[in-house]
Amino acid sequence: MDRRHFLLGTGAAIGAGLVSGRQALAQQATITGAGATFPNPVYQKWAEAGRAATGIAVNYQSVGSGAGINQIRNRTVDFGATDAPLTAQQLTEGNLLQFPSVMGSLVAIVNIPGIENEQLKLTGELLADIYLGKITRWNDTRIVELNRGLTLPNLAIAPAYRADGSGTTFVWVSYLSAVSEEFKNRVGVGTSVRWPAGTGARGNEGVAGTVRNIRGAIGYVENAYAITNRLVTTQLRNKAGNFVRPTHDSFIAAASNADWTVPGFAASLIDQHGATSWPIVSPTFILLPTNPTDADRSRNVMRFFDWAFKNGAALAQELEYIPLPNQVHDAIRGAWRNQIKVNGQPVWTA
Amino acid sequence: MQQAVTMTPGAVPKPARRSSNLGDTLFSAACHAAGGFVLLLLGGIIIELFIGGLPAFRAFGLPFIWSTEWDPVQEVFGAGVSIYGTIVTAVLAILLAVPVAFGVAFYLTELAPPWLRRPVGTAVELLAAVPSIIYGMWGFFLIAPIMAQHVQPAVIDSVGELPFIGALFQGPPFGTGIFTAALILAIMILPFIAATMRDVFEQVPPVYKESAYGLGCTTWEVMKGVVLPYTRISVAGGIMLGLGRALGETMAVTFVIGNANRISSSLFGPGNTIASVVALEFGESEMGSLKLSALLALGFILFVLSFAVLALSRWLLRSRLKA
Repeated sequence: MDRRHFLLGTGAAIGAGLVSGRQALAQQATITGAGATFPNPVYQKWAEAGRAATGIAVNYQSVGSGAGINQIRNRTVDFGATDAPLTAQQLTEGNLLQFPSVMGSLVAIVNIPGIENEQLKLTGELLADIYLGKITRWNDTRIVELNRGLTLPNLAIAPAYRADGSGTTFVWVSYLSAVSEEFKNRVGVGTSVRWPAGTGARGNEGVAGTVRNIRGAIGYVENAYAITNRLVTTQLRNKAGNFVRPTHDSFIAAASNADWTVPGFAASLIDQHGATSWPIVSPTFILLPTNPTDADRSRNVMRFFDWAFKNGAALAQELEYIPLPNQVHDAIRGAWRNQIKVNGQPVWTA
Repeated sequence: MQQAVTMTPGAVPKPARRSSNLGDTLFSAACHAAGGFVLLLLGGIIIELFIGGLPAFRAFGLPFIWSTEWDPVQEVFGAGVSIYGTIVTAVLAILLAVPVAFGVAFYLTELAPPWLRRPVGTAVELLAAVPSIIYGMWGFFLIAPIMAQHVQPAVIDSVGELPFIGALFQGPPFGTGIFTAALILAIMILPFIAATMRDVFEQVPPVYKESAYGLGCTTWEVMKGVVLPYTRISVAGGIMLGLGRALGETMAVTFVIGNANRISSSLFGPGNTIASVVALEFGESEMGSLKLSALLALGFILFVLSFAVLALSRWLLRSRLKA
């Protein structure tokens, strides 16, 4: 190729590149999000699958709920994600709209010689007393009473908890505080709390590793994590007084009883009524500015979650998450329409 | 080396200065700026940390330093447990590492056959190049289970029964905890201390050692009577260097210390350090919250602590650094 042709060729190539780049840009918008680690697997899965369908590339960073809240307050990301819901006042102050995206459940995992998966029966009160350091042996009469068929060894209980601030801890202590007045007063609810007993480990994998290493250990992880790693889970007694196993049906039962009409959709799914409800289920939330500076990006966030609500249920269930009921999806779209506005005009019109 | 010794200090020719040259001026200015930038950066970090931590210092006053409360729910924060954990793990790590480091240095300078000195020396230095996350994972997945299943039960059942000293070795065998953290830290700082010791041992003038050997001293007597007294201050400086590193180590410690905000009388009990608390809690502290401020205040305290230790080590090592 002589020089002139080469230059022409390059010019044409660059021109073509520019055009196709423009087109790609129009199709392939990018939105950024940051926050909760608990729903990270499903967000990544949705982002991957939704990219082809919606043309929106989602860049989600699971940096922790607190950091996600900070970033959306500073508007350094297009949406924030948090496991612990913000209060109505916090939302107004930050000009934020909060809506749930998906639900998840927690299970207790144990390492007791001779005890197999879903065998041991526990109650919320017992869990609270174990984490308060009041029940210290597996052959404590209160545990033995519930488990007549099992032989429980005279072994020290070693409670393990998340050492990093975490939405998982928030959900777990919310449950323990809901069932035990003493736990509520002595420890309380937060993404990290002052544990009276036990040892801390980093992340789900740290807690699972600690439980695996120590005979007599008990811990809490997300259900998805327990299933993929084949951890030994327990039965729990729900509010109706029945012992339930951590199964998909018991999670759905808990989710179907929730009241979503509270401000910020901050429904509590902890310790729900219902004969077969699993007691520790929780939604996780998205935070979106109500006064977006860039209407297109804000609309793309909503388009992405709209797609996920319509098409993401199967993906969520594959990862052991629980999709929201359809009427909640509709209520969320209504909130988008009513609350997110640029110059008085709603950004979401669909 | 040989040449440098024979040359008299005054014989070094002075470099010709041509200050009229613009290039030289610019280059000199750039170098000054680079040097000044480091100072500015260091000062900036200290001031920034202090300002960030100010709300916590204001809210809790001086007792912040020794208060053992750390309750994110009630927003009550104190640095006592983490300062205790930081110092205890670091000092324990020094106690474990120094004898081994001394052995390594003694072996490398006096006992090892010359062909073995270089490979072993390099291996020790390579230990320093292992990333701390590797030590953390190794500690958590390998050392902690061994401690939990074999070492700790045995120690708790034997030494733990003794009066007084027994209190240090009681409680459930978690595997993780202050002692395991100190053990991992000891391995991490070992290469620094060993390398410093080897270097200073080698600087002892051969004529001293040969005189001692000539008087009929054994190798150990030479080490004890000649080498150690000659190098003791530099050795102490090297140990302080290791201590400085142990104080600030984050990742490996976070994995194995057990992360509980309690001061436990037992060395096998869980605890935390300043660095591990900051690393674990930072993601979940909101801007402008008292918790974030408390974490920055912790960072400031750690900075001051490390700075003091490093300054002391520089001061002790000053003669060697000048050479």
